[in-house]
Amino acid sequence: MTVPVIAFYAFAISCIAGGLFTVLARNPVHSVLWLILAFLSAAGLFVTLGAEFVAMLLVIVYVGAVAVLFLFVVMMLDVDFAALKAEMTRYLPIGLFIGVVILMQLAIAFGAWEFSDGALERVSAPTTAGTENVAALGLILYDRYILVFQLAGLILLVAMVGAIVLTLRHREDIKRQDVLAQMYRDPKKAMELKDVKPGQGL
Amino acid sequence: MIGEDLSIVLPELLLAVFAMGALLVGVYTGKDKTAPVMLWVTVAVFAAFAFWIGATGGDAREAFSGTFVDDAFARFAKVTILLSAAAVLLMSEGYMARRDLLRFEYPVLVVLAVVGMMVMVSANDLMTLYMGLELQSLSLYVVASLRRDSVKSTEAGLKYFVLGALSSGLLLYGASLTYGFAGTTSFEGIIEAASDEPSLGLLFGLVFLITGFAFKVSAAPFHMWTPDVYEGSPTPVTAFFATAPKVAAMALFARVVHDAFGGIVGDWQQIVAFLSVVSMFLGAIAAIGQTNIKRLMAYSSIAHMGFALMGLAAGTVLGVQAMLVYMVIYVAMNIGTFAFILSMEKDGMPVTDIASLQSYSTKEPLKALAMLILMFSLAGVPPMLGFFGKLYVLRAAYDAGLGWLAVAGVIASVIGAFYYLRIVYYMYFGEERDGLDTGMSPVLWGFLVASAGAMIVGVVNLFGLEPIALAAAQTLVN
Repeated sequence: MTVPVIAFYAFAISCIAGGLFTVLARNPVHSVLWLILAFLSAAGLFVTLGAEFVAMLLVIVYVGAVAVLFLFVVMMLDVDFAALKAEMTRYLPIGLFIGVVILMQLAIAFGAWEFSDGALERVSAPTTAGTENVAALGLILYDRYILVFQLAGLILLVAMVGAIVLTLRHREDIKRQDVLAQMYRDPKKAMELKDVKPGQGL
Repeated sequence: MIGEDLSIVLPELLLAVFAMGALLVGVYTGKDKTAPVMLWVTVAVFAAFAFWIGATGGDAREAFSGTFVDDAFARFAKVTILLSAAAVLLMSEGYMARRDLLRFEYPVLVVLAVVGMMVMVSANDLMTLYMGLELQSLSLYVVASLRRDSVKSTEAGLKYFVLGALSSGLLLYGASLTYGFAGTTSFEGIIEAASDEPSLGLLFGLVFLITGFAFKVSAAPFHMWTPDVYEGSPTPVTAFFATAPKVAAMALFARVVHDAFGGIVGDWQQIVAFLSVVSMFLGAIAAIGQTNIKRLMAYSSIAHMGFALMGLAAGTVLGVQAMLVYMVIYVAMNIGTFAFILSMEKDGMPVTDIASLQSYSTKEPLKALAMLILMFSLAGVPPMLGFFGKLYVLRAAYDAGLGWLAVAGVIASVIGAFYYLRIVYYMYFGEERDGLDTGMSPVLWGFLVASAGAMIVGVVNLFGLEPIALAAAQTLVN
């Protein structure tokens, strides 16, 4: 057994363990921590595949942003996880059923799958020999599939516009900050000093 | 290299830039006060682009390493999409303004949806296809729930979103299976891989892809969302749903089955024929019980999609030509019908109950006559244009050896004629009662009369549509 093989099995086992305990852990904070372990192990698997850039992305985006967001949500929102857990047994049969379906699909994919003649020549190689990860990804994203990439940007724009259209309400009767009015205000005109004599009003 | 590619996607590019520019103008100036101007400008831009795309010609050109193609078929679909979107947008102004729905994002979202549709019909790669489809769908989900204070409109948007997401998932699953078989997502590669006896995996992929498209064109048995979404959305949005997106989805459907799966016609032909026959009958029978005219139009659109799919099921040049002609006629009829529906008001409030049309002809003879022509045309009664559309697809199906499908189509159209004629019956022979408000905005009136007129005048030569549709079909089927 060489070092990469040992590394692969170690990462694979910790990845599966992480996924399993994410579901099984009683404490939701622990669940998120197990999830982070699963992400980190998956990143390790990517490194063994030679895809360092994707591994780094996984660590930065999923562990750094998504998992931390989860952690905040879990800690800040008062979700009754015990009640959610109690429902788990109810959905166990259907969960198992879906699991079996996925297993059968994997069996088709790895067992009985037929490729067309010449499929392997048509597959665009993820890394052309001699280019680094980042360069290869850039060539695909910003050269071959630039149109698709930009369209994805447009879709995100639509999502943003849609969220604003459907939720933002312009309220007329509230005070807003007017920065220019604040800056150009003249202290001399803004207040007036009055000398109020004792015993007399204004 | 990049300049050449950009020149091919120039219309889409400029429209996207226009959408973003309009968004900035709207946000930084008068917000919703700019909406009417923006709407008119958008209509003008759509019309100009339709003219521009229609005027340019030439052979098929591919851009961005073959992910995008600009050919006669795509141009035909794009011109139809742009013109119908312009017409619907123009019709919607009065309605939206009166109901306080005319927000400046509305034209912007419509432009983005149209960009998505144009990408869809030009897609030459499963990824481009999906991106165009999502861009279009996402914009449509938002405009469906534009009337956010209404439960029905929100329900329509949500229902559309959930089912649309499900259909996108099915489509993606099909795309991934196809990719797994062919080793590429480009249509050229897929047709090369799928030319001989297809494997089980490819068939699964094909079925899932077609399921996804059937959702988008609302063909039975994947039509469940249509009546609810049509009923709940604001009426101009419903009019939009019934026209441009249908053309785009149908064109996309045709492109995928011919460009990517043209080598295994026999395998998808039976699926499409099944969808066609189920849609025609379901649309014809389920509409009989409807009293809401928007729901009725939803079932009517399902039945019409069945007829268009009949053309596609033929799998020939004539079939695609018939489908294109049918879609154009369908869009023209729907624009006129929705112009009428938009004007259905009682005491200033919109009415959708068809019983309110009783004895309409005594008050508004001209509008009732226009509606009669449109209803006859939708039903496929001979002297009107709608009949020739149906004749075209029936002939294509018959020529391709699908005689049973053609017979089923005739039976379904006879059943479907019932509910169109019932509207005419109400208008002419219904009991006297306090009906709808009279009067109609000039824009709506213009569209109603123009559409009805086209149903009669078009009989002469279909406005020269046939040779253009033939040329478009020939670039697709080879």
